[in-house]
Amino acid sequence: MTASARRAVQGLSVAVRCRQVVKTYGSGQSAVRALRGVDLDVHTGELLMLVGPSGCGKTTLISVIAGVLDRDGGECSVLGQDYAAMRPDQKTAFRARHVGFVFQAFNLIPTLTIAENVSVPLLINGVPRKQAVEQAREMLSQVGIGDRWRDVPARLSGGQQQRVAIARALIHKPKLLVCDEPTSALDHVTGQRVMELLRGVASRHDLSLVVVTHDQRIFEFADRVAEMDDGHIERISAGKGHTHAESPHRGFDAPPKNEHPLNPHAPQGSNEPNPEHRS
Amino acid sequence: MISVALKMLLRDKGKYFGIVMGVTLASMVITQQGSIFVGIMTRTFALISDMGDTDIWVMEPKVQFIDDTKPLQDTALNRVRGVPGVAHAAPLYKGILRVRLESGEFQNCNIIGIDDATLTGGPPEMIEGRIEDLRRADAVIVDIIGATTRLARRGPDGAPVPLAVGDTMELNDRRGVVVGISRNTRPFQSQPMIYTTFSRATQYAPRERKQLTFILVKADAGQNVQDVCDRIARETGLAAYTRDQFKSMTVSYFINNTGIPINFGIAVSLGFIIGSVITGFMFYSFTADNLRYFGTLKAMGTSDGTLLRMIMTQAMVVGVVGFGLGTGAASWFGASMSGTPLAFRLTWELLFVAGTAVVVICLISAMLSMRRVITLEPAVVFKG
Ligand SMILES: Nc1ncnc2c1ncn2[C@@H]1O[C@H](COP(=O)(O)OP(=O)(O)OP(=O)(O)O)[C@@H](O)[C@H]1O
Ligand SMILES: [Mg+2]
Repeated sequence: MTASARRAVQGLSVAVRCRQVVKTYGSGQSAVRALRGVDLDVHTGELLMLVGPSGCGKTTLISVIAGVLDRDGGECSVLGQDYAAMRPDQKTAFRARHVGFVFQAFNLIPTLTIAENVSVPLLINGVPRKQAVEQAREMLSQVGIGDRWRDVPARLSGGQQQRVAIARALIHKPKLLVCDEPTSALDHVTGQRVMELLRGVASRHDLSLVVVTHDQRIFEFADRVAEMDDGHIERISAGKGHTHAESPHRGFDAPPKNEHPLNPHAPQGSNEPNPEHRS
Repeated sequence: MISVALKMLLRDKGKYFGIVMGVTLASMVITQQGSIFVGIMTRTFALISDMGDTDIWVMEPKVQFIDDTKPLQDTALNRVRGVPGVAHAAPLYKGILRVRLESGEFQNCNIIGIDDATLTGGPPEMIEGRIEDLRRADAVIVDIIGATTRLARRGPDGAPVPLAVGDTMELNDRRGVVVGISRNTRPFQSQPMIYTTFSRATQYAPRERKQLTFILVKADAGQNVQDVCDRIARETGLAAYTRDQFKSMTVSYFINNTGIPINFGIAVSLGFIIGSVITGFMFYSFTADNLRYFGTLKAMGTSDGTLLRMIMTQAMVVGVVGFGLGTGAASWFGASMSGTPLAFRLTWELLFVAGTAVVVICLISAMLSMRRVITLEPAVVFKG
């Protein structure tokens, strides 16, 4: 099923709709106009990458979209709702239910086991602890580190920690996943694998992903790439993301088809190039 | 999420230990120093406690506390006996005398002269001999602490030999024979206690016109003790206090006229301040170190209310654990000191004071941390 076909099934074609969104930090002389009228739609079920030079406003934009930062002007609706019309507690509850977060620095709580970390969004949503941890263990096996559930994050590699973070971002089945530079703390190969995981997620859920990145090498995982500069969206181009999850035959530079999109360690076709041996 | 808060705290062993130490220190110092203070204050009215049968103490109106002896006219006794509601009134002599021991050494002693007829006001417990033995010629009863310490003589090998029944002493050139050894509540002043009869005490004492120090009154059954006090005061012009009033007068005197409360006050305040600073600082730094994670929780949709409950729970846990350890250590200290001359009395009021101090410390610490977390913008989570 293509992204557009999924959209048709779900009825709601646009998960995020931004029009002329403006955000200024500070005021007077020191004011920084981080967003200067952003127009952007994120389609339901797509993986949209947000790229652009440092300081162009990418993080600011996803903060607004995720509902952790208030915009100063323009329109922005997320899953058909407008944060500006919500009380602070409603915004908090909306994030708890519908938004997942993946951070550059993982932000896993160091004193909790990884299963406990993954269970946190469920706990926030009021799921009983035992049940939450059980679901977390299941989720961890889906991202390929089910056997490590008792470990604390520090005992895992960066790539494994980001997998845990992705499991945590997904466990409560959010409709919107925002990822700020999810691969830039990782080496290239690990980054590729993390993107494969996210790509797989995007093709399976009625989930929209916005991924901020500097890393040109992962553009290939995007359905669309939005290029930002100086507080504007400059250009939106089609990526080749759909080929990863959907086409059976791909070019040499594409990562392998993964029979278990959530689990890169599952057996793969022997004629496929292994991404770890590519670069 | 409370479980998450607890794990964050309890698994961060170093910080947890530090925070708990602060609370432990504060509650330990407060209860330990407080207990010693209460213990000392209890000793100031040891003699009043030991005369537990006495309902009312009658004395010269200017007397401020138990050791403040301003004698009464002998006639006062009969006047008090005549007051309605007084079942029984006994004279008491209280004074300090230089006693010459068999060894020739001198020692200042508290002399208590009790009513010849009824022996009211005698020692609370006899280890050897009986109170009635005071009726024998020249008889005195000595308290065990005095007998084994200041009144003991040096044996041939240098070790102290306690004063024993049958030993003699000289009180103002008059003979005294030890007929019994008593156990008293340890008094504030460390002079030995020597009991004898009222008439003999007045002979031992330097000749003075007035020798009646206190009148011990037992009220008629069914009488309101306070009413009887008031009546005695009205009809005789003397001061009359209930046992508890006289105790608190004595304590007040020591609190207002000695440096004792200031010294303990300083120790207790220091314990409180140092404990607060340690706990507040460590707790705040614990929160500050976890700010990134609190921010993450906030971004992921944890409400401010839940975050506050998490921090409150963490503060409560360190409070309860620290209070338990601190008061436990103080009681252990007290228990290990029992039988030594150290005054130590841990009362529930002290536990209450220490508990309140701990609550204050934890509230302040939690409040500082909460402010930091509540004012945190969830958008910071995306900042490196
Ligand atoms: N809290 C803030 N206060 C003031 N200025 C800010 C704040 N956050 C961001 N800015 C400024 O707003 C602009 C956009 O910042 P933003 O973090 O959105 O950029 P970015 O595209 O994510 O950059 P990078 O690729 O380096 O992460 C920058 O000029 C930045 O300095
Ligand atoms: Mg950024």
